Amino acid sequence: MEPKQFWILPLCGLRRLWTGSQRPPNLPVMGRYFAKRLLSLFVSLLVASWVIFFVVEIAPGDPASFMLGINAQPDTIAALRSELGLDQSKLARYISWVGGMLTGDFGTSYTYRTPVAQMVADRLWVSLPLALFALILSTLIALPAGIFAASHPGKSGDIAVMSATQLGIAVPNFWFAMMLVLIFAINLRWFSAGGFAGWDAGAWAALRSLTLPAIALALPQAAILARVMRSALLDILGEDFIRTARAKGLSQRQVLWRHGLRNALIPVLTIIGLQFSFLLAGAIIIEQVFYLPGLGRLVFQAISARDLIVVESVVMLLVFAVILVNFLVDLTYALVDPRLRGTR
Amino acid sequence: MTLLDITNLSLSIGAFPILRDVSLSVQTGEILAITGESGSGKSLTALAILRLLPRCTQVTGHLHFEDQDLLAMSEAQMCDLRGGQIGMVFQEPMTALNPVQTIGAQVMETLQQHSTLSRAEAREEARRLLTRVGLPPDRFPLSRYPHELSGGQRQRVVIAMAIAMRPKLLIADEPTTALDVTTQAQILDLLRDLVHDYGMGMIIITHDLAVVADLADRIVVMRKGEVVETGSTPQLLAARRHPYTERLFAASKHRPTLPARPPANPAQPPLLELRNVVKDHPLPRRHLLARAEHLRAVDHVSFTLHPGERLGLVGESGCGKSTLTRAILGLEPCQGGEILLHGTPIDPTGLTAQQRRKMQVVFQDPFGSFNPRHQVARLITEPFHSVTDAPVGQERSDLVAETLRAVGLTPEDAHRYIHQFSGGQRQRIAIARALITRPDLILFDEAVSALDVSVRAQILDLLAELCTAYGLSYLFISHDLHVVRSMTDRCLVMQSGRIVEQGLTEDLFADPQHPYTQRLIAAAPVLPDLQTGAA
Repeated sequence: MEPKQFWILPLCGLRRLWTGSQRPPNLPVMGRYFAKRLLSLFVSLLVASWVIFFVVEIAPGDPASFMLGINAQPDTIAALRSELGLDQSKLARYISWVGGMLTGDFGTSYTYRTPVAQMVADRLWVSLPLALFALILSTLIALPAGIFAASHPGKSGDIAVMSATQLGIAVPNFWFAMMLVLIFAINLRWFSAGGFAGWDAGAWAALRSLTLPAIALALPQAAILARVMRSALLDILGEDFIRTARAKGLSQRQVLWRHGLRNALIPVLTIIGLQFSFLLAGAIIIEQVFYLPGLGRLVFQAISARDLIVVESVVMLLVFAVILVNFLVDLTYALVDPRLRGTR
Repeated sequence: MTLLDITNLSLSIGAFPILRDVSLSVQTGEILAITGESGSGKSLTALAILRLLPRCTQVTGHLHFEDQDLLAMSEAQMCDLRGGQIGMVFQEPMTALNPVQTIGAQVMETLQQHSTLSRAEAREEARRLLTRVGLPPDRFPLSRYPHELSGGQRQRVVIAMAIAMRPKLLIADEPTTALDVTTQAQILDLLRDLVHDYGMGMIIITHDLAVVADLADRIVVMRKGEVVETGSTPQLLAARRHPYTERLFAASKHRPTLPARPPANPAQPPLLELRNVVKDHPLPRRHLLARAEHLRAVDHVSFTLHPGERLGLVGESGCGKSTLTRAILGLEPCQGGEILLHGTPIDPTGLTAQQRRKMQVVFQDPFGSFNPRHQVARLITEPFHSVTDAPVGQERSDLVAETLRAVGLTPEDAHRYIHQFSGGQRQRIAIARALITRPDLILFDEAVSALDVSVRAQILDLLAELCTAYGLSYLFISHDLHVVRSMTDRCLVMQSGRIVEQGLTEDLFADPQHPYTQRLIAAAPVLPDLQTGAA
């Protein structure tokens, strides 16, 4: 092995854990796959940064005039523009914005006059655990439900799961949220109706305040994921190699677990990746229902106040999260599907 | 000793009867061939033995394996039987293996399912089995994945899985249909040796009567879910009692009567001429900064096709036949050489409307090459899209009706959809689509390979009639040597992108010069001469 290829060993280790393969990995091909995905990650980030910066820039309205109100004098506005750096050229501001983000300096909020990095970090400690919590819940509900439905196609269990998922997709998550509050917070008093206890109050208290929002977020996602799992598994169970496995003497259940599941995981992983991105940024309504100080509310407030620097930074951060998750999903594909790792 | 005894087996899916009173038996050490056309119930008979039928299937009758009643056994008992005492090999080796598991894991799975072997012992046994089927571990380690093997190699893995437990009965469902002639010969030899070595009984299901005649001890002929005739191979080759069997054997040997080859006119330029055509496929780079590498799919190919001539092109999968077809059709640019139609070079960026009108193509899959949402009238007039002076109105309808009649369909068929036709009728529609612009040249790319023998015989007759009626010139590309021999005047043999031999078809088949052509012709199974007339 060439020295420059050692960086890929952790990936190969993961692959071996997953596949149980004794075979030496195909380093040039795997390396090329990894490098291609990494290159695509950087190019996507670069293009996203241009788009975010220039779209926000060409949006009508001047932050300085907005902050000072309609009766502000032109020279006061000019002074504030200069203070905020809005009088510099677009290119200079773009470079300073990107450069700042690379060093962890996201700038200062026009409205709150506090560092954006600090604001984002505070909200991230709510949004990230909430998204992960919801994703874990959704996966834990969806995969068994999808597998159960696929292993009893057309039977009452399948129909029940499909009806439940239909309902889960059709009913908006804020309605779920209100029902959860009514039942578990107001009637049973197991959880609080809203607010975030904070991680300083202890992990248990923080997780308790995230539980109802996470369930409300997870249910519609679980419904989608269960349907994807079911249809992917049913497609795979109709493949020729499943019949070959049955002819080898494997029972229906053995075939499903040994041959069906891993092949069906490829589309499921795609959906999980998309859902994580959505859960991280798209929880704004649930954050409102439960009074959670998350990223969604921050973006909403920043847009209302035309706090450009906050909007740009949070959107860039979310784009980074989405692209990173997709990158990780791509790497997981290579673990699941040996065809992506090439031939020898 | 009777290994398998099937008596009055009937099978229906919902209200539709699929099999009716099928009776057959297999003795230990015997090779029984079940033959018949698509939809005759051959494969469902095999799946019924293993009780791997689709849901909602009702089965009646008697199915005995040794002294066990297969229809009375529990699912758990059937799981023990499948892979343990009865092994099965399926038709499509490309999809019969799990793509995300290594070949070693898949062979070991059969062993571990039916025995108490440890993982290490199972691995050792899997190596031995793969060596037995011709995949030695030094070249084919257990850690290979199916996508790293060719079709023939994958079929060997499937066979290794099926014989892992030395089953008493092996069922092979069209085991060589998807393979080349030389690979087919190797796989058939392997199956014959395994039956001999292990003393197994074998049922081979195939529509290829030449394979049947070559391999089987006894033959069962099925039609529309019924057994129409059973007999020993020599007996059936000598005399066939049932008219259907007679028709089936006759269709396999069928040779259409082509009109005489028109005399070559030296003053006239060739219809199609290829001069040193080169076509490369790009290969993935070894690393990001590496030089791009290529696979030479077509390597300096030159030939001519004169007006009225019927030219054949044979060779194994991957030899470059289809790439060459695409290059001639102007669908992909060439990396070198020249293609001339009527003495005019074809533009590397694609054919002109006039050239496209003069050259049409018929592909293998009669269903996949049509848009299922269009009516036949629209499907067969598709070539007019690229023509500026396409007929319209009544003239167009008349032309559609005339073309449909020419291929043996009726003008009323113009308003039907493609799913309403059988496989043979679909291929007639494909020929009508190629014929409608009255082209000078038609390329047939494996155009009859997916058809049953009797339908194939009808289509070949149709082509012969069209040759007489329209003075058709064509390039006939096929891996089926029998068909190429009966349909062409001259033949080219292609190996690894090169034309290794060419000549008059009869001379080439009677006295092949190149070792590759000799190998190809020797590997193709041949149906022996039949005594004519039903007994």
